[in-house]
Amino acid sequence: MLTLTDDQRMLQDAVRPFMADKGAIKAQLRHWRDIGCKDGFGHGLWKQFAELGLTGILIPEARGGAGLGQVEAGVVLEEIGRNLTPSPFLTTAVAAVRALDGSAHAERWFPGILAADTVAALAIDEGRHHNPARIACAARRQGNGFLLDGEKQFVVHGASADLILVAARTGGSPGETDGLTLFALDRGMAGVEIDNVALADSSKAARLRLANVAVDADAVVGEVDGGWGPISRALGAGRAGAAAELVGVAAGASEMTFDYLKQRKQFGRLIGEFQALQHRAAHLFGEIEIARAATFKAAQLLDAQDQRAELFVSVAKAKAGRSAALAVQEGVQMHGGIGMTDEHDIGLYMKREAVLGELFGSPRFHMARVAELSGY
Amino acid sequence: MADVEQFRREVRDWLEANCPAEMRTPMRSEKDACWGGRHFEFQSDAQKRWLDAMASRGWTVPDWPKDYGGGGLDAAQTRVLKEEMASLGCRPPLTSFGISMLGPALLKYGREDQKKRFLPEIARGDIRWCQGYSEPGAGSDLADLQTRAEDKGDHYLVNGQKVWTSYADQADWIFCLVRTSAESKHGGISFLLFDMESPGVSTKPILLISGYSPFCETFFDDVKVPKDQLVGEVNKGWDVAKYLLGHEREMISGMGLGGDKQALGRAVGSIDDPLLRAEIAAFDVDALAFAAMSERFIDQLKAGGAHPAMPSMMKYAGTELNKRRHELVMAAGGSDALEWDSDRSGGGKAARDWLRTKANSIEGGTSEIQLGIVAKHILRLPGA
Repeated sequence: MLTLTDDQRMLQDAVRPFMADKGAIKAQLRHWRDIGCKDGFGHGLWKQFAELGLTGILIPEARGGAGLGQVEAGVVLEEIGRNLTPSPFLTTAVAAVRALDGSAHAERWFPGILAADTVAALAIDEGRHHNPARIACAARRQGNGFLLDGEKQFVVHGASADLILVAARTGGSPGETDGLTLFALDRGMAGVEIDNVALADSSKAARLRLANVAVDADAVVGEVDGGWGPISRALGAGRAGAAAELVGVAAGASEMTFDYLKQRKQFGRLIGEFQALQHRAAHLFGEIEIARAATFKAAQLLDAQDQRAELFVSVAKAKAGRSAALAVQEGVQMHGGIGMTDEHDIGLYMKREAVLGELFGSPRFHMARVAELSGY
Repeated sequence: MADVEQFRREVRDWLEANCPAEMRTPMRSEKDACWGGRHFEFQSDAQKRWLDAMASRGWTVPDWPKDYGGGGLDAAQTRVLKEEMASLGCRPPLTSFGISMLGPALLKYGREDQKKRFLPEIARGDIRWCQGYSEPGAGSDLADLQTRAEDKGDHYLVNGQKVWTSYADQADWIFCLVRTSAESKHGGISFLLFDMESPGVSTKPILLISGYSPFCETFFDDVKVPKDQLVGEVNKGWDVAKYLLGHEREMISGMGLGGDKQALGRAVGSIDDPLLRAEIAAFDVDALAFAAMSERFIDQLKAGGAHPAMPSMMKYAGTELNKRRHELVMAAGGSDALEWDSDRSGGGKAARDWLRTKANSIEGGTSEIQLGIVAKHILRLPGA
């Protein structure tokens, strides 16, 4: 069934007012932006995520978490997107937890994530476009451990992170998924240079330079040369999660826009009376509903460990990205001049969409992936 | 749950035993569909046996009550039946406007004697129905209809003309909107059922740009219709009509899924042109996302949580997608796809199918009408 169960609806009923109140744009995004916060998010709110049990949403019950799945994470992320709530939820509680789950690192890091004391970051992208198979960052064996050399970018929360998961190459060559290894790096490792960069949406993503970073063998998450397992688990969860957040961004922007169409008068009429806008609004509504369904389907297939999950995750990320792009473009355009001002919130949706659209792969990346996975 | 699994095994065994091998091959075109009715010529003995077998269990309409020729299955069982039919590749035993449109309206608005009389016939495929909605001059403003039904005591006397009546030339009966009062546009419409063999009914096919002729003009000249064939109350037919339109849109939106679930890029074979490949990949994303939406829409309908105007969104999205699919099939086919009458092209199948899809966003209410309905009833935009 592609509808929420009673339990999932209860979760939604709890998260929706919480995010609309505590995670609201004015209280969080604008506040941290305007004071120039180095993290781009508030640790106090992240603690409240923990109190609600959200930080452990994907952590197994045996390890103190809620033991829920990607569908539930999606319910939370849609509300995060709707309110543009800045938090490390997607990278830490969703992607990193999936990467660590089942490895020896789970025991070490899960308690901190549960308590919201730990922020995790993923260092996968190296170029201006997402392409994890092309990883070039090298990990050479030295003694009992490894030496890491390379550069990473778009490491979301990288400068605030207590744990950075670095994907590096122990074998194979760029373009191959064999020969990758995932390393767990503690904060402040010698040789890691972190450039904290503010993005268009006021979130923070670091550029990393790794120069002869020495790590022990036990920094490896899972198997040496077998990093694609945890990396692809993190990517599946991250992509599906970003799709859900994008659906929330689209929903938030479009709701704001539809309200505006009912209030704003021009030429002596409410602008919502104009058919030119009505038809575009109705089309937009449909695109968002379709994106939500695709995202739901992808999450459900991931939870079921269905072999079609990878295909549907790419469908969801591409569709949600395109629908959200349409929602923010129509949102700013239909708001007219006021939509161009910093004072109005609609432009903040446009900035967030741009970042989330690129994160974990743009719609183009995922369309190409759909072609590849479909065999053409 | 154990009951459902038990049911699944029984269904599978029964389908294995009763669905002829020929009826487990994919349909090549619309022409392979079984429509039933008085004059239907079965393409094979297997086609008839398959219809009879399914009808005998009420499985042509599995979720209708048994009293009316249905299977009396609940939502979970209906889903199991569909899944098992899909997994064995069983063709639909019966394609019928009676099932997809009239039946649901009769179940909701029909009198008991009407349900007992008409629904089992629909379930067995005894009578082929057509729809008398559109009129020349009315077009998208459906309620602007002029066909009159005068009260003559024991019967109505019907005069007027319908247009775009799908398969009227092959239909046995018609469900028809008529004007019983001129005082109110929407409040003077009634919903009548009558036999196409009644004196005064005539039809004429309309040839389309595809070279096919699924639609007809239909003329009524002093047609007598017994009064017990009125569905619902006199002058309140618009409610029935709207309800039925929802089901029609739902049915048409299914076309967005294409004939099969295969990715278009895979179906058209190797694509050398990188721009075309990109367009097709973009299409496949939209098509797979729409397939998920269709699944969700059906789940919402069953759970009673679908907005009544959602079929309009689905109809719009599905038909626009289907047009795009066929544009891309033509682009991928190049000059091969342009052949109109060669054996090599299956008699111009690609080109004819492409042209036929252009009607999708017009028939059953244009895309613009659907967008207007979404704007008004879901988004509640002013003056829509």
